[in-house]
Amino acid sequence: MDLKLDDHMKDGIRVVDVEGEIDVYTAPRLRELLIELVNKGDYQLVVNMEKVEFLDSTGLGVLVGGLKRVRAHDGSLDLVCRQERILKIFRITGLTKVFGIHDTVEEAIKARKSEK
Amino acid sequence: MATVEVAFSPLPAHVRTARLVAVAVARRSGVAESLLDEVRLAVGEACSRAVEAHRQHCPAEPVKIELTDSGGRFEVVVTDSAPAEPGIPDGVPGAKIADAAVRNGLPEPGGLPEPGGLPEPGGLPEPGGLPEPGAHGDVPSPGSAAAGIQMPLANGQSGLQDGIGLAVIAELADDVRISRTPAGISVSMSWPSSACER
Repeated sequence: MDLKLDDHMKDGIRVVDVEGEIDVYTAPRLRELLIELVNKGDYQLVVNMEKVEFLDSTGLGVLVGGLKRVRAHDGSLDLVCRQERILKIFRITGLTKVFGIHDTVEEAIKARKSEK
Repeated sequence: MATVEVAFSPLPAHVRTARLVAVAVARRSGVAESLLDEVRLAVGEACSRAVEAHRQHCPAEPVKIELTDSGGRFEVVVTDSAPAEPGIPDGVPGAKIADAAVRNGLPEPGGLPEPGGLPEPGGLPEPGGLPEPGAHGDVPSPGSAAAGIQMPLANGQSGLQDGIGLAVIAELADDVRISRTPAGISVSMSWPSSACER
């Protein structure tokens, strides 16, 4: 399956819905979207990965790059994911220590709001 | 002779096809369903690395994959034709790759602040960690992900992305070996299979 990207505002935070496979072929599209959002001034991001079917190290690189960009503006990039097969690659690479990973979009937003 | 051999032009779009073929052959070879996601991810990482190397050095040459079911093991070998750095040790075991990448190119477990606690972008593992696709100018020189060993990298390729990908492979497959071939680099990995004739 290809990659589908959508985004919307929820409680003042930009939610990016990702569906499909994030790999060496599709990851540049996600990267472009994250850059576009940051350039437009969206520094509080939640990337909803509940419908992501595949994620490789190229995709991880894009997410880390996005996190770095929003952090440069004192922003945040949280993830929503409950799928074990996706979470596994975050654990292998140690990135569970870097990203806030939540079960739902609502929880991600709540956690972010509570830190403000 | 391999059970299935695939050669594909080094385009990112074909990496997905390679993953699909690998999983299909693994399933038919009797690899447990619970391991198929690992096969998919490991083969994808190996093919992504090879595609990137070919795109930089030999875009007209195909990337080759051999999938073999023999002796109770399902083995996948991804071979590229890109020139490797000189002095690369042959037959690097996966455990060393993972160890080197984790020590040098990835966040240490517990060694990074919790989300929200990173005061500066520099605290993130990029550029010291995961480079983005197409952002090679932001990453350290090839091989920097592994101070203890030299990663078998194509010249000029992102060493760190390679290191991450190879580390992921090393964690997912039981037996991973990186070898030099007359043409380039070969990544072999295997999983247990039922080894029954079908």
